Amino acid sequence: MSGETSINRANAAPIYLDYQATTPTDPRVVAAMLPYFTEKFGNPHSTGHRFGREAAEAIERARDEVAALIGAEPREIAFTSGATESNNLAIKGAARFLRDERRADRDHIITVETEHKCVLETCRQLAGEGFSVTVLPVKSDGLIDLETLAAAIGPRTALVSVMAVNNEIGVIQPIAEIGALCRARGVLFHSDAAQAAGKIPLDVEAMNIDLLSISGHKLYGPKGIGALYVRRRPRVRLTPLIDGGGQERGVRSGTLPTPLCVGLGAACAIAQAEMAEESVRLAGLRRRFVAALRSRIPGTRLNGNPEQRVAGNLNVAFSGIDAEELLENCPMVAASTGSACSSARVEPSYVLRALGLDEAAARSSLRLCLGRPTTAAEVEFAVDALTAAVERLRDAGAGMKKAASVAT
Amino acid sequence: MAGPRLTYLDYNATAPVRPAVAAAVAEALALAGNPSSVHGAGRAARRAVEAAREAAAALLGADEGEIVFVSGGSEANHLALRGSGRSRVLVSAIEHDSVRAAVKDAEILPVEPSGVISLTTLAERLAADDRPAIVSVMLANNETGVVQPIAEIAEIVHARDALLHCDAVQAAGKLPLDRTLLGADLISLSAHKLGGPPGIGALVVGSHVALAPLQVGGGQERGRRAGTENVPGIVGFGRACALAAEGLANYVRLAELRDSAERQLLALAPSARAFGAASPRLPNTLCIAMPGVPAATQVMALDLAGVMVSAGAACSSGKVRPSHVLRAMGATPDEAASAIRVSLGWASSAADIDHLVAAWGALYARAGRPTTASAA
Repeated sequence: MSGETSINRANAAPIYLDYQATTPTDPRVVAAMLPYFTEKFGNPHSTGHRFGREAAEAIERARDEVAALIGAEPREIAFTSGATESNNLAIKGAARFLRDERRADRDHIITVETEHKCVLETCRQLAGEGFSVTVLPVKSDGLIDLETLAAAIGPRTALVSVMAVNNEIGVIQPIAEIGALCRARGVLFHSDAAQAAGKIPLDVEAMNIDLLSISGHKLYGPKGIGALYVRRRPRVRLTPLIDGGGQERGVRSGTLPTPLCVGLGAACAIAQAEMAEESVRLAGLRRRFVAALRSRIPGTRLNGNPEQRVAGNLNVAFSGIDAEELLENCPMVAASTGSACSSARVEPSYVLRALGLDEAAARSSLRLCLGRPTTAAEVEFAVDALTAAVERLRDAGAGMKKAASVAT
Repeated sequence: MAGPRLTYLDYNATAPVRPAVAAAVAEALALAGNPSSVHGAGRAARRAVEAAREAAAALLGADEGEIVFVSGGSEANHLALRGSGRSRVLVSAIEHDSVRAAVKDAEILPVEPSGVISLTTLAERLAADDRPAIVSVMLANNETGVVQPIAEIAEIVHARDALLHCDAVQAAGKLPLDRTLLGADLISLSAHKLGGPPGIGALVVGSHVALAPLQVGGGQERGRRAGTENVPGIVGFGRACALAAEGLANYVRLAELRDSAERQLLALAPSARAFGAASPRLPNTLCIAMPGVPAATQVMALDLAGVMVSAGAACSSGKVRPSHVLRAMGATPDEAASAIRVSLGWASSAADIDHLVAAWGALYARAGRPTTASAA
């Protein structure tokens, strides 16, 4: 009888293993935010009165907390609506400013095949505006080759955009080396750190980063808020995407959402305090997770570099299995086959294809992300559930093959 | 009550989130899913987003597919004007900074001293140039509350095959809004101006309008606005939209309070001037100049007395410039520099008005009861 397992969780919620799609807002973050919806509701730009000043002060404290997480100065932090806006603003803003206001001959942008869609789409849009765009390949482990990058930088290059941590395979790009290279060659370096901030140590000074994007909801903060680090020395200038009231030093106009800014600040402070210990804990859980999957499911392969990788990410291929089908047959595990973006459903992951996986291997891959609430018991449960589902699918597949061969 | 009485009369800057909305936001903050994820947590988040979209659409009589959630009014205004692809952009002289700054070289449409835009000038300007145009006129002004005849403007605009964008950020929740009656092709909304949370808004995009996105990426909002949806914000916005209809009744009461404040202040200082008072106006807004006393001084003195108002729009921090809105209405620089904005909202009471009148009257007396603006 298939489907019979010893696990009795019929009424429990599924195990959430999709922390790179989004994280739950940490209850401590929620607690910090709530007063700013109701009793401390002032418009932070209404500094003529006390409610406004109270909100403005809360935002500046949050800005300090965000800056501290990445070794920046508070005034180098601009709040945005999220990492998609930060990435759009950083890349378009820097490229357009340079072209329109400074150096028309700097019209070349370099990025990487495995970047988040919002970076790739932004670069595509700029290509439509006449910029030339180089999209670098990655090695089979998901990391970029520094020599290939060095060779791609030319006299017309304005900006290099490389993510710190990949959203699907979790690999950590050699950010410090890329930063040093870009600084030496006199080009701007932007890094999408949506998946990295609060997970790995980041230091914009030591890493020579000029622009860095942060997302609230990827680090147990709220959705609808993010930040863009914009270097002051030497100053990086941006053409804003949203102009008007002149908030955020003219980089981003619009009323700042105080509770969301406070939430992002609190999330950054918690991450900074707990990152070292938490990443050790998650790395330990992941080691056990991979080891158990490998020992119990033959034909399990890890995608992406196993060492240069954020602690909570696991991306595995189960040979011969369709991962979408696997998830349908394993309803007690909430995971994904790749990025959660709304258009990413039909095609197999372009990130995995960029590693050289063929379509079948890409379709057999599952992203399993561990997070702050993940426990050892959840990992064990997930291993059991995934093992049982893979076995069922493989049995059914073998049965079908047998039936087919009998029929012919 | 401990401490001095505090009176908040700056609702046009932002409003406290309604208790029911705050509860909905707090509940949604506990939802862990990404609406684009296909698992249960993701689907729950998607359901919450779509329910809010229905509520926002219902407030305007729009289709759900016409609602694009964005981060707020400034983004909505930019998305409308930059995304419309029209080569010619005309904006009224009293628009919010986020409209005036959205497109370089926008043509400025003048307003009458009443604060209402000149319809004849609009028609002439449109007739003078055949390039595809978009016109942006706000429904209600944030500083004076003056309401524009949007339906008439829409007729003129559409007769020239132009598009009409209407920034309804200040009007939403204070006036009945019906997309069909307004006739605007694009409408901007901001949640925090109508009792919802900050950091969320919407652009209503008529199904006939092809809109290019401002920010690109994962293809959310049908490709019109990329980025993971701000689920708690959207939920709060939806709840605020649902409450807005019943909240409208409250504005009859607020209009009485506002009128009473205006009467009392003008009686105290016969040389004071209320802007836009002869025009159709938001029921909650009073823009009044105390001659000879700079607005920043008034705001500071009122704040010390526990009354919170503003000197025009709350934008880039700390900056107080003479209002472009009042200047466009023909106010002298001195008049424009001495005007404050008093704006009421759902929690305002008669006691708040008494507090304002007492504090404003005391300041006027301390200033020596100035009679002309030139004293500044």
